[in-house]
Amino acid sequence: MTSDSVDIINAFALLTNFVLLPALSYGSQLALGALAVTLVYSVLRFSNFAQGDSMAFGTMIVILLTSFMISRGWTISGIPTALLVIPIAIVFTSMYLLTMDRLIYRHYRKIKAKSITIVMSSIGVMFVTGGIVRFVLGATAQKFEDGERFIFSVREFKAYTGLEQGIAFKTSQFLTITIAFLLVAFVFYFLQKTKTGKAMRAYSDNKELALLSGIDPDKMVQITWLLVAALTTIAGALYGLDKGFAPQQYHLLLLPIFASVIVGGIGSPIGAIAGAFLVAFSEILLTYAYKKFLIYLLPLSMHPSSLVQLIGTEYKYAISFVILVIVLLIKPTGLFKGKVIVDE
Amino acid sequence: MAYLEGKNLVASYGVVPILHECSVEVEKGELAVIVGPNGAGKSTVMRVLLGMLNATSGSVTLDGKDISMLSTQDRISHGLAFVPQTKNVFPSMTVEENLQMGGFIRQDDINQTIEEVYALFPILYDKRKQLAEQLSGGQRQQVAFGRAMMTKPSIMLLDEPTAGVSPIVMDEIFSNILDVRNAGMAVLMVEQNAQQALNIADKGYVLVSGRNEHTGTGKELINNSEVRKKFLGG
Ligand SMILES: Nc1ncnc2c1ncn2[C@@H]1O[C@H](COP(=O)(O)OP(=O)(O)OP(=O)(O)O)[C@@H](O)[C@H]1O
Ligand SMILES: [Mg+2]
Repeated sequence: MTSDSVDIINAFALLTNFVLLPALSYGSQLALGALAVTLVYSVLRFSNFAQGDSMAFGTMIVILLTSFMISRGWTISGIPTALLVIPIAIVFTSMYLLTMDRLIYRHYRKIKAKSITIVMSSIGVMFVTGGIVRFVLGATAQKFEDGERFIFSVREFKAYTGLEQGIAFKTSQFLTITIAFLLVAFVFYFLQKTKTGKAMRAYSDNKELALLSGIDPDKMVQITWLLVAALTTIAGALYGLDKGFAPQQYHLLLLPIFASVIVGGIGSPIGAIAGAFLVAFSEILLTYAYKKFLIYLLPLSMHPSSLVQLIGTEYKYAISFVILVIVLLIKPTGLFKGKVIVDE
Repeated sequence: MAYLEGKNLVASYGVVPILHECSVEVEKGELAVIVGPNGAGKSTVMRVLLGMLNATSGSVTLDGKDISMLSTQDRISHGLAFVPQTKNVFPSMTVEENLQMGGFIRQDDINQTIEEVYALFPILYDKRKQLAEQLSGGQRQQVAFGRAMMTKPSIMLLDEPTAGVSPIVMDEIFSNILDVRNAGMAVLMVEQNAQQALNIADKGYVLVSGRNEHTGTGKELINNSEVRKKFLGG
């Protein structure tokens, strides 16, 4: 191989390691959160501002259960303990979300409140949920990943390929991408093919006609929260395994999640997923420093002296915000024609 | 006692009274038609019969049993079916899924009934994979009708089933309605096209401001000079 083509391979190994894999896993995490927001929006007709903090709640349960399991020595070597406790955490998160529904949202459904009223109450739920998490775990960041950290590490990759630039494939990335893929496939199968899933879509499409077809609204609401709890807990746990847990970080996830939902087209599940990856890739592509990448590709005379970073990482949330504004200005219905709730 | 009876129904939305002691009834194998001006309360009668709006007084009986206290869902499982005036399909679902949702409460195999609906409306078979929102007004009315047929109801309530369809499709829908009546079903229908509807009706009600203004067989009402002048355009 010529040194030129090796340089090109090195450049792309670099990009895979610092852009492709991180964006794929971040996108998967956002996709699960965005799908949860979409389900709540379609079935319960409000934008759930508590989504980010609910993810923190689900992750909190995962963390508590994980430390309990580790303290008892109930672990399986190589596998993150968090993964084992996710099913139980989903049960707890479901109970929490169903309780919130019972205490708060149900009332507003009953009096047929305007969507914006329910949105406001979800902001209340957001603060309460965030408060509970900080009360239980504190506000500081923590890590809860145990087990094997890498599928393969940079060093293993380099030794194997002989390249100068290595690619690390973290266990958390591998888990995120596979689990998100399976979960999304399940949700789509459920909505498109099963009787209950179709009934959920029917209920979201036309509530009165659903009632006339004998579809039980309470049951639809409960199933929605169960799905949302699963998506929320898994999204939160995977994000935490990947990047560590900090309540504030989860709270702020609301912005990229809402951006994903709106970019994709409000109320469109497939749009939410496409939007999530668009937001994730934009965020990482725009905040990545391309200096090293360009050094591999450009002749010596053209080597950059600066970092060649378009936007500082501290501004990453601004990217979601800008995407949001651009979409709302240019194509408010999003990439996949979404539908906006109009109060009757 | 008639198969379905709404007797002396009084109902209001909030404080605004809409129905004043209004009564309608229909037998099995009979087509009863409610006509009347806009805002007379025709749709409201349907909603009360279905339990989607509670009457302040009066009763609804089905086959001699008082069903006034039953929820809408329970009335559906007792054999009532309803095609609302507006929003009567699931727009972002396919024609076939619309029919499947119509048969949601059934535990047995619904494919046979879906085939029957396709036999009644062959165009729906061709369009079965299309979303309801992509259909023409007439086709959408057929989906709405088909969806209501899916529970194999003993009585069908139709609120303006020919709204927004061409005269040809209207004739088609009317002939479908006569078919299900002839098969022994009770049909209660609200219609804007009063003349045509009364022509095929066994029984008619003229509703004005929530009151029964005229009642009689279809022929009687058409031949009644007052009804003709006021509601049938002379
Ligand atoms: N949800 C509602 N809340 C308050 N008032 C209503 C509601 N629905 C209907 N009304 C009022 O009740 C009255 C009767 O309405 P209804 O829909 O029963 O009339 P209709 O005879 O079916 O009219 P149309 O021929 O236009 O369908 C009208 O004055 C209408 O404005
Ligand atoms: Mg009406």
